[in-house]
Amino acid sequence: MATIASEFQAHGAGDAHAHDDHHEHKPSFFARWFMSTNHKDIGTLYLIFAIMAGIIGGAISGLMRAELAHPGIQYLGHIANFLGIKDASFDQQLHLWNVLITAHGLIMVFFMVMPAMIGGFGNWFVPIMIGAPDMAFPRMNNISFWLTVAGFCSLMLSAFVPGGTGNGAGIGWTAYAPLSTSGSQGPAVDFAIFSLHLAGAGSIMGAINFITTIFNMRAPGMTLHKMPLFVWSVLVTAFLLLLALPVLAAAITMLITDRNFHTTFFDPAGGGDPILFQHLFWFFGHPEVYIMILPGFGIISQIISTFSKKPVFGYLGMAYAMVAIGVVGFVVWAHHMYTTGLSEDVKMYFTTATMVIAVPTGIKIFSWIATMWGGSISFKSPMVWAIGFIFLFTVGGVTGVELANGGLDDNLQDTYYVVAHFHYVLSLGAVTALFAGFYYWFPKMSGRWHSEFLAHLHFWVFFVGVNMLFFPMHFLGQQGMPRRMPDYTPALAYWNHFASVGYMVMASSMVIFFVNIAYAFIAGKKAEGNYWGEGATTLEWTLSSPPPFHQFETLPVISDSDHH
Amino acid sequence: MTLGEVIGVAKRCMLSFGTPAALLWVPAMASAADTGGHLTADHFAIAPGGYTPMAPTPGKGMPVDAGLTFQAQYSPTGIEALWMHDHIVLWILIAVCVFVAGLLLWVIARYNKHANPVPTKTSHNTLLEVIWTGIPVLILLVVFVPSMKLLAHQYKSPPANALTVKATGNQWYWSYSYPDNGGFEVTSNILPPEEAKKRGEPVQLAADNRMVVPVGEAIRMQTFGADVIHSFAVPSLWFKLDAVPGRINEKVLTINEPGVYYGQCSELCGARHGYMPIVVEALPRPQFNAWVMTHSGAKIDGAPKTADVPKAADAKPAEAAAPAAAASGV
Repeated sequence: MATIASEFQAHGAGDAHAHDDHHEHKPSFFARWFMSTNHKDIGTLYLIFAIMAGIIGGAISGLMRAELAHPGIQYLGHIANFLGIKDASFDQQLHLWNVLITAHGLIMVFFMVMPAMIGGFGNWFVPIMIGAPDMAFPRMNNISFWLTVAGFCSLMLSAFVPGGTGNGAGIGWTAYAPLSTSGSQGPAVDFAIFSLHLAGAGSIMGAINFITTIFNMRAPGMTLHKMPLFVWSVLVTAFLLLLALPVLAAAITMLITDRNFHTTFFDPAGGGDPILFQHLFWFFGHPEVYIMILPGFGIISQIISTFSKKPVFGYLGMAYAMVAIGVVGFVVWAHHMYTTGLSEDVKMYFTTATMVIAVPTGIKIFSWIATMWGGSISFKSPMVWAIGFIFLFTVGGVTGVELANGGLDDNLQDTYYVVAHFHYVLSLGAVTALFAGFYYWFPKMSGRWHSEFLAHLHFWVFFVGVNMLFFPMHFLGQQGMPRRMPDYTPALAYWNHFASVGYMVMASSMVIFFVNIAYAFIAGKKAEGNYWGEGATTLEWTLSSPPPFHQFETLPVISDSDHH
Repeated sequence: MTLGEVIGVAKRCMLSFGTPAALLWVPAMASAADTGGHLTADHFAIAPGGYTPMAPTPGKGMPVDAGLTFQAQYSPTGIEALWMHDHIVLWILIAVCVFVAGLLLWVIARYNKHANPVPTKTSHNTLLEVIWTGIPVLILLVVFVPSMKLLAHQYKSPPANALTVKATGNQWYWSYSYPDNGGFEVTSNILPPEEAKKRGEPVQLAADNRMVVPVGEAIRMQTFGADVIHSFAVPSLWFKLDAVPGRINEKVLTINEPGVYYGQCSELCGARHGYMPIVVEALPRPQFNAWVMTHSGAKIDGAPKTADVPKAADAKPAEAAAPAAAASGV
């Protein structure tokens, strides 16, 4: 090991003796970006990767909204043609639709939100915020990233190999058996499942890395109860990943063996049960939605506190509300399965447990507002995004209370109401938090200022667009439109068309975002160390922008009076 | 949604808002459905003239143009669930959103850096934190009580002699079998758009053969998946039950008035998932019996197996046989 380590150092940081004197000496391009062990570089890689995946996943949703803009099938044949299937049959076109919805879900969950939140911002700022020089296992950090990339490649490959009726995996991101086993012949589904294995392994290693880093590498005086809330959020998220992902791994491994080695875990013909897969999947899947949103909670807490120039209100309540959400998140999974034939008692329990989640979530919403209360708020772009987050997440949260009721959910399960709900908490919640974090930290990461005007404009166009896009889905769902439909009855045309227009507004806000990034790199002003000023009190603001290649070679000491 | 509809919904909601006592009131379950284990003579009446598919009533049992709320409900549990949504949950959702939005606007107006240049350093207030933990718990209790009642009603068992209808999901069509009526099976495929329009039915929702059931009776609705998981769903009856291979799911379904009620498969089941509609036609008993008798080998449920279908006048022996038939059927 020692030999290998010194060899990498020779490649990496140059002469070991010179290392201390010249810590800004960076490795060559290939070594720096492809063999990286630096948490900030890996964080950057994750962010670039997430943006790329987001472009693909977002473009797919554009294809979906185009097809749904009018009743009938208009574009699927052209898309199939573009993907190399000449004269696709009607069934092949419909299969392509299922491939699109599957890819959109998997990409956005596993290759956009998770890499950006945890891999990107987590990697960048958790070590800095606790006063650590790097992550505990830098090389494992690198493996985590490249496994995620490999997983993404496997998913992309799946689109070009047979998956049953047509090319690609058309099983939905939930991959329910038996549609994902006997229902889909061909290697596409195997590729898709393997992609989750790879991304999952990467995430488990990432989780181990974060837990170890946070428990062992805090600077002197940085007790657990002094950690910034973003670090708390990543700590809770890491535990959720560590406990939930192995269950997913087990479930999809059983899918693989059912598919290829004639086991019958989910096949009633051999004594198995398709519903068992759903229990396993959602035992992972429900914590997964908190995995996507909790780091967002952390980001929002930092931003609200910074721009209100006040410490976070009810810090301990905020930290333990996240712990509570994490714990309760593991005992509510079957609310995704209300119509599978659960017994009355089971449904009553899961209804009750699910509604309980509203309590810690409410604590967070009220504490954010109380943080602003009495503050001296400046409306810089991250703050505007954060306030938007609080409102949009509240709207997404209250429809969760409706869906939590097993009796009401009988009509809403698997309709567009559910689509509206989870896009309000994810596309409008998690993604809004991501943009808030991006504008908050982008000058810190790059050393260059984005345009605040464009960042504000981005917010307003995005806010209008996503609400036009997703709010009518509540109406569609209540009217009974099932999700995952390529076509619908003409009565549903009005709101579907409205939503498609909303998509275009949202998409144009993304153009503003990319223009803003380009502006920052071409003409952006240099950013100072603490460019947000008075309210920004966490450790990243004590460093230059961008921070040195290696920070905190002398550990900072956090005094007793310091506040988070 | 027409203006009249908007006003109707608003009026429905306003009425309850004015009466807090309504929070504890839950509509009574239709008891007419429960015949108490005895079949009356009417049960065996057969309407003359055979069966002609009923024309759907526009806007009933199907989505309405640009609709904003749930479809009108035609089952007792559906009416109860919609009531709970309209009068309790919806108002709580709106109140919470308005409250949070109001607080946000207030802090934006009152505590911006111009209005309040010097921030306070308050970061704890135990009483406040207890309050905003406690009040949501109380609000959830208001939802909890009717929610549990609704679940209990949805899980009420059908009477022993209830008609059994078994819906089987296949890739990509539904088949409905009637074990109590001699076991015939109806296969139901989507109608092509032109054909649906010709028959005056909604495109994408119309099917060639319907699942016909008697109105006002508790039906033992069973679902089963022949290949992959499907889901039997009818929004205007507040009914959704997955059709899973290897198990039979069962739930009671009662339809209050005659009509045609449309639904769609609601679990991703492969390429033509969007093309397997569900059409339920609820008919009065005599018309239902007439429909049953259009199938070869059919009999009226509850009638003795070997005998011919009894006329309305000599229903007495059948009445005695009914419990035995039901017992062997369960």
